[in-house]
Amino acid sequence: MTTARDTILGRIREALSRPSHPGVRSLAGDGIRDVREARHVLPPGGETEEERLGNFTRLAEKLKVEVHLATGQLEVGHLLKKLKEEGNWDRIASHRSVITESQVPSLKLPVIWTDDEPGTEALEVCHVGITRCEALIAQTGSVLVTSKGCGGRALSVLPPHHIVLARRDQLLPDMLAGYDLLRDTYGDKLPSFISFITGASRTGDIERILVLGAHGPKRLTVIISD
Amino acid sequence: MTTPSTIFQSDTKESTVDFDHRRWMQGALRGYENTRSGTEATFGDFEAARKTAAAIKWDGIEHLDRHLAQFADNLERRGGKVHWAGNGKEAVEIILGLCREKEAKKIIKSKCMTTEEIHLNPALEQEGLEVVESDLGEFIVQLRAEEPFHFVFPAMHLKRDRISSVFQEKLGTEPSDDPEELTMIAREVMRRKYCEADIGISGANFAVADTGMISITENEGNARLTTSLPKVHIALMGIEKMVPKLEDLSVMLQMLGTAGTGQWLTAYNSMIGGPRQPGEVDGPEEFHVVLLDNHRTALLADPEQRDALRCIRCGACLNVCPIFKNIGGHSYGTTYQGPIGSVITPHLRGLQSWKHLSYSSSLCGACTATCPVKIDLHHHLMRNRRDSVVEKGGKQERWMFRQFSNLMSNPRLYRRSEGLMRVGAWLWKPLKGTKLDPLKAWTETRDLPSPARKSFHKQWKARAKEPTR
Ligand code: SF4
Repeated sequence: MTTARDTILGRIREALSRPSHPGVRSLAGDGIRDVREARHVLPPGGETEEERLGNFTRLAEKLKVEVHLATGQLEVGHLLKKLKEEGNWDRIASHRSVITESQVPSLKLPVIWTDDEPGTEALEVCHVGITRCEALIAQTGSVLVTSKGCGGRALSVLPPHHIVLARRDQLLPDMLAGYDLLRDTYGDKLPSFISFITGASRTGDIERILVLGAHGPKRLTVIISD
Repeated sequence: MTTPSTIFQSDTKESTVDFDHRRWMQGALRGYENTRSGTEATFGDFEAARKTAAAIKWDGIEHLDRHLAQFADNLERRGGKVHWAGNGKEAVEIILGLCREKEAKKIIKSKCMTTEEIHLNPALEQEGLEVVESDLGEFIVQLRAEEPFHFVFPAMHLKRDRISSVFQEKLGTEPSDDPEELTMIAREVMRRKYCEADIGISGANFAVADTGMISITENEGNARLTTSLPKVHIALMGIEKMVPKLEDLSVMLQMLGTAGTGQWLTAYNSMIGGPRQPGEVDGPEEFHVVLLDNHRTALLADPEQRDALRCIRCGACLNVCPIFKNIGGHSYGTTYQGPIGSVITPHLRGLQSWKHLSYSSSLCGACTATCPVKIDLHHHLMRNRRDSVVEKGGKQERWMFRQFSNLMSNPRLYRRSEGLMRVGAWLWKPLKGTKLDPLKAWTETRDLPSPARKSFHKQWKARAKEPTR
């Protein structure tokens, strides 16, 4: 019995058995195919760590991301406390990882840990989600998160304020380096969800006027410690 | 008789005289062009980046069979289920079957033009399912029961007062002229819907062969919620979405952001490979991908035009198209508007019924010049014109062109006809624009210039006789 898969793949093979018109082929003929060799044609990530930090901060801030640089975990703690008071938080959503566990409990608020699988409703009522990230991308001002490393899929999108705790050495030059890191970390067991988060949730669907917080977080804060 | 072509003619007649609307559209699209050119300037070499993007997608298309098989095998290894649909009807049946199996009642959708192509929403609603579009623009046009105006900016034709009034009418909310307030209304409505939905349906911007993942590009976060919260996630995509490697996305995602909206990257670029995996705390229990052919293989079989399958649906060719800017998206009557729609619709839905779209172009080439994957759009419009004539050229038209070519290649005949033309123009004047006017379609809204009093030929001759100064 031929399956639907065989039928469609068969149709494709038959279609492709007719060679492309040379004029059409040339349209794609002279491009650099290997993305590793094409790095320089994209926006730059930065040669040195300073440049990368500069690029990341500049791009993220253009998108109204609040970027804080902290020297040491103590300062991270102070920043979080200030945010907690300003935002009148009454409970926090987070996940278990070295960097989050070193900060979240000391805020002395009820914590919903996604590792305990609290369910959507419990997560929905939290004002803030605090996560680690896999990397920061200088080229685009993005935060790279995954379902395995950053507390699941919902934590970084459901609460109205997303706070990312990152380390300076997590800054990568470009998106390609981000993918490389994921392959190194997870091998062939890549997480089921990977996302480059670039700025807060937004929409321009009404008269192309920018509104933050369309469905996801209205606020994105990135705290980078050494 | 109403055909797509006659509907097109009457719709464009209406839309082109709405000057307010045309001005409004052009203003909006100018904003896009400005941000986009700023972003392009940050690239090391944007032209080279276009070539790379074209090469990546070409690689995907040229070995489509291999890549699709690899994609499906990889995804199934991770617990996803892949379904193959030869046409729209089969895809609808597969999705309806899944809804029945799960006894679903409520569906949340994130933006997916492919579901428009197969008319999924009406089919789901007929089954008694509640279907809600979560993308703000799609939600607005859904409430208004109309088609998306632009496949990237579905509600770009509506000003805030129209949006406020449909919200008042359908959601019972207070009037507002503040885009932020209006957005927050939709946010509140949608929050409940995500939590209640049994199934989330999404599209895909790319599919990655070597990891078995789909990639979704968005700004609002609605696709992330749609694909994270419900127990079942179904993604519908055309077979042409394939890229060979995960790393290829490092180029494609930036090209899509830049060309599509002028942003260097949209807010969320998410790759999804399977349902919740061991060691993960949430995510759907089931992940289904429906791969749709629906005449794409027919386009693939065209050795001249198969590069149109490289399209990443960024919408850039619409944004720069002088025809789109003036007639607007609804006039096309197609799922995919603008130049790319005019190129592929004849392949997907029949050349003779849709060839008129290939003629509604000034062939200025702005689309080809802007396309991030370098599709030869305006030449394809000409190829469609040629194919439609070769397939079924009018006898009358052929006769007229033969006469025209005789006239133009025979100097004596040409000179004679000059005099005739002047007489003709004089006889025709009183008929202009009336029912008896054979040129009515053209002259109703335009003036035909009268022939020069003295032809160039005669002037030249007279000049040659003058003594040289
Ligand atoms: S044809 Fe090119 S410009 Fe038009 S939507 Fe497709 S990728 Fe974009």
